Amino acid sequence: MATTLNASGSGAKSSGGLLSKITNNQVILGYLFILPSFIGFSLFFAVPAIRSVIISFHQWNLLSDAQFVGLENYQTLISDARFWDSLRITLTYVLWNIPLQTLLALGIALLMERVHNSSFLRSIFIIPWLLPNVVVGLLFLWILDPTLGIFNNFLQAIGIERQPFVGSPDQAIPTIAGVNIWRHTGYTAILLFAGLKTIPKGLYEAAQIDGANGWVQFRRITLPLLRPVLAFVLVTSIIGSFQVFDTVSIMTRSAGPAGASRVIIYYIYEQVFARRINMGVATAASVVLFLILATVTLIQIRYFRAGRSDLADYS
Amino acid sequence: MAKISAATLTKVNYKQIGLWLIIGLLVFIVLFPFFWVVRTGLTSPRALYRDTSSLLPVDPTTDNFARVLGILDPNRLIETGAPNISAGTLNFWLYVRNSLIVAGSVAIGQTLFSAMAAYAFARFKFPGRDKIFLIYLTGLMVPGIVLFLPNYVFVRQLGWIGTFQGIVAPSILMSPFAVFFMRQFFLSLNRELEEAALLDGASAFGVFWRIALPLMAGPLLTLGVLTFINSWNDYLWPLLIGRDDSVRVLTVALGIFREQTPQGSPDWTGMMAAAVVSLVPTFVLFIFFGRRVVDSVQFSGFK
Repeated sequence: MATTLNASGSGAKSSGGLLSKITNNQVILGYLFILPSFIGFSLFFAVPAIRSVIISFHQWNLLSDAQFVGLENYQTLISDARFWDSLRITLTYVLWNIPLQTLLALGIALLMERVHNSSFLRSIFIIPWLLPNVVVGLLFLWILDPTLGIFNNFLQAIGIERQPFVGSPDQAIPTIAGVNIWRHTGYTAILLFAGLKTIPKGLYEAAQIDGANGWVQFRRITLPLLRPVLAFVLVTSIIGSFQVFDTVSIMTRSAGPAGASRVIIYYIYEQVFARRINMGVATAASVVLFLILATVTLIQIRYFRAGRSDLADYS
Repeated sequence: MAKISAATLTKVNYKQIGLWLIIGLLVFIVLFPFFWVVRTGLTSPRALYRDTSSLLPVDPTTDNFARVLGILDPNRLIETGAPNISAGTLNFWLYVRNSLIVAGSVAIGQTLFSAMAAYAFARFKFPGRDKIFLIYLTGLMVPGIVLFLPNYVFVRQLGWIGTFQGIVAPSILMSPFAVFFMRQFFLSLNRELEEAALLDGASAFGVFWRIALPLMAGPLLTLGVLTFINSWNDYLWPLLIGRDDSVRVLTVALGIFREQTPQGSPDWTGMMAAAVVSLVPTFVLFIFFGRRVVDSVQFSGFK
């Protein structure tokens, strides 16, 4: 039968099958087919991942030879107030960004499920996600401009004071978070919508017969069964959120008013470009970021038991 | 009986109306910024301050587009008394070309080479196959910045700073997501056709090229469109590698345009016209392949 070459099969049998006449060539063919991707992966994923850690133990300005300094770069980070600030600012950004975006997206996903055939709506809601961050940044910089922006004109028209938005240290990070919520909510909603579609309708009907109201159904059926998709959405969007850079660099200049928008990636960028080149400190900071992201992801996977769906409990 | 159903009907209607009002508001929030960027791009720079709330372009003109595309000398506009105009000649045609070269070659290369790898993972048996695939997948979890810095050093050592090779190198040969995406589709492909072709004496590469790939035209197209859009939107990597005019892509050009425009009174009309130019390819792709993109997003939620 045709199962001979089934890819998932560590236990695939090697007997029979018409493809077997090239079985002897399969090893060579296999390696030939993966060769280009393997070169790409080795040179630009595997080697640099390791090299990042190695560089972080060196002092290096790219012009002269790298010098091994042990943990000195990490000590530099620990004693640099700007680094701690950048961590605090990034965390603030994530806390503005993720809860609002996820709740909004969940609301929209539930809304789309109520509407008959929402494929046109989904196409509209995906648009912001397709745009370059740079363009999104410019667009909202103009819309939110303190003196000329249409949004401030609107606020004034309904009797609210004009706001400085990215021009003020207090509002810069929430504003940028809002802009990225605009860009990502539709995308997130579509992911959650796809998750909602997998929940068997029969469960809701049964719950209705048992007299469960809408809220109870949401708590007891929708949320638990949406958990794997929700976990995926949260893990990927939190990882993305921690790495915010493009919109920050477009909407604010040199880390914003009083350095209020110096997020972690911007801090790293400064180590390489805006100031004296310091590859060691830059890579050390990127390794720290990686460790933070790995920890956050592991905690979430534990908490959500992401791989398992509760659907199994019902069947 | 009739009375009851009428009452239910009105109740449902109120609910439906409320639902559609919320949807209408959401659609407005999504689409209004696009309308506004076009409106501003078509507004004469001399008239920009006259009415900042007018929904239509004030003193409509295509000068801004002509200016950012290098057709109209900005100094001629400055002579006519237009304030806040970047005097430097802009050539967004060049940046459009550069972006097309980068995004086009990455989309073709990454899709083709990832599909080849995916086909090998799905169809051939060779030592280490599953291990290599698993290692590829871990690449999905490493944050971009961890790779950017050593990759920057590597590209610099190759002498590729300021070249197209340097910009496309890390993404043209593969992406872990692309390999994973295509493997799923090849696994679901019925292998009878491939076996029949082999029986007729076709080579393994011939089977891949003439049978498996054409059957996968849909997923390949989706992947190509997504890869193109992602590459078109990239900012930090091309900013590290290619600030030079000859290889500067659109996103980097927009960023530099924004840096150069005066702090107090930016060249809004020019920037908005340039933003519109940079959105055209995305919208063309969206109109033709929007549905595919939505479907692929739904797919990626289940990986």
